[in-house]
Amino acid sequence: MPGQSVGVVEAQRIHFSEPLHLRSGGVLPSYDLAVETYGTLNADKSNAILVCHALSGHHHVAGHYADQPHNIGWWDNIIGPGRPLDTDRFFVVGLNNPGGCHGSTGPSSVNPATGKPWGADFPIVAVSDWVNAQARLADVFGIDRWAAVMGGSLGGMQALRWTISYPERVRNALIIASAPKLTAQNIAFNDVARQAILTDPDFHGGHFYEHGTRPVRGLRLARMLGHITYLSDDQMGEKFGRELRNGSFSFDYDVEFEVESYLRYQGDKFAGYFDANTYLLMTKALDYFDPARLDDGDLVRTMARTHRDTNFFVASFTTDWRFSPARSREIVAALLANGRKVSYAEIDLNFGHDSFLMEDPQYHGLVAAFLGNIKS
Amino acid sequence: MTHTLGRPDFDVIAAWVEPGHRVLDLGCGDGALLKHLIDTRNVHGWGVDIEDANVLAAMRNGINVIQSNLENGLKDFADDAFDHVVLSRTLQTVRHTEGILREMLRVGREAVVSFPNFAYWRNLRSVLDGRMPVSEDLPYQWYDSPNVRFFTLLDFEALCEQMGLIIVERRVLDEAGEIVQAETARDLNFLGSLAVYRLTRPH
Repeated sequence: MPGQSVGVVEAQRIHFSEPLHLRSGGVLPSYDLAVETYGTLNADKSNAILVCHALSGHHHVAGHYADQPHNIGWWDNIIGPGRPLDTDRFFVVGLNNPGGCHGSTGPSSVNPATGKPWGADFPIVAVSDWVNAQARLADVFGIDRWAAVMGGSLGGMQALRWTISYPERVRNALIIASAPKLTAQNIAFNDVARQAILTDPDFHGGHFYEHGTRPVRGLRLARMLGHITYLSDDQMGEKFGRELRNGSFSFDYDVEFEVESYLRYQGDKFAGYFDANTYLLMTKALDYFDPARLDDGDLVRTMARTHRDTNFFVASFTTDWRFSPARSREIVAALLANGRKVSYAEIDLNFGHDSFLMEDPQYHGLVAAFLGNIKS
Repeated sequence: MTHTLGRPDFDVIAAWVEPGHRVLDLGCGDGALLKHLIDTRNVHGWGVDIEDANVLAAMRNGINVIQSNLENGLKDFADDAFDHVVLSRTLQTVRHTEGILREMLRVGREAVVSFPNFAYWRNLRSVLDGRMPVSEDLPYQWYDSPNVRFFTLLDFEALCEQMGLIIVERRVLDEAGEIVQAETARDLNFLGSLAVYRLTRPH
């Protein structure tokens, strides 16, 4: 692996006392954001990169905590000295979005109005709300314009939304394995995941905290389903095939095939720490995302709202069927129709939607080259 | 005369574009032509290439590059989006010749096409000697050549006529990259190694 990890990092919590008015009509009267930063913000504050997280991500993007050497950030392989997001040059900011469950204000936080966890009463948050919260975070750091805003999947939607909501505040945008809106199939997958949670008897209408339970069965199923859609058929075939754990059929419903073992493990692990209400919120934010609604569904007109000097890098992965290359190309076509400065790569990686988290010389080479073109 | 980056057709193309023009380069390679046009003519440029290594090299050159297969057309590009659409030494590698020419003049006001001329006398002599030509402008062996269409100046002009395309300008270069002067198209066809055409469509 070229370059190095950023090493030991620390998270911080930043309090925002000004209410955040949400697209759903709801309001967060005040809120905290969990944030990590890597590298050094330069004197004119022109070297900052915002990394937006996807469905299950958070602020711990790179490095590890001093007391948890194995708790490595979710996108560590792309951030650090000598890596594409070179922390010798850039100041990288990661955060946990409002509604999250990793330290930012979310459904498991206490609702100041009731003194009890928000639970299902936590207002629905949209991608545009997250971008507004991120803009306030930029203000805290004194960052007028991001050198780059970057994200994969739902994170890519935030990067895209930044260029529409705050065009003058984004010099470069990296929109990876993303889409201008979800397809019916994608919404369908999300709804099955939500139904698994909502129908779990331990969900208690979202107020499970008060009952001392967690809807782990629903959350586990939601994650298992999601996980299938993040991988490619070929990759699952190569990794698991029809391998049996015990070598022969046992003619019962216990774990037999290796793929079952893997999925159950992933589901159990996820259900052990993730908040069910946050999962519901994140999937709704995905479903609602459709910035072209600003312009009667015409994405070309919406992309006209972006800044003519913003450089875009849009990337997709050949085996990603959840956010297929065709979806990324819709963004590219709309940018091209406006004469925007855009590059697009279709990267041949075998890991399906999860490819965006993988390390690959072509993929990381392109990100490094794109960011390398940023003038100091 | 010395030529830009050893690519004499670049200078021909540079003379045809104006500052501020939008230029799309199909099969842009490492983006050298676009970089040249941006640096010397101050154009707005975009490149298209299918090869990973070329997309990476173009990105490193600071060029806007779209990874795409030309055989699938230019469906991501809107009508009249560009002043010039360039296809430099690439037409002979594309199967859907008519399709790509039509697409170029859909998305662009003008098309610039350069290609190696198979009727160049040295190429003809090579074939008469019993071997497929290998030259400055046809640098491949028959077994590793990306070329799938083999045609001459006269063939190309006949196709343009058949398709109703208008030839605005024509420059023919020899193997040294010097402009070839000749009385007739037949003579140019014999003396030219590389042809560069500026095309448009009837309005």
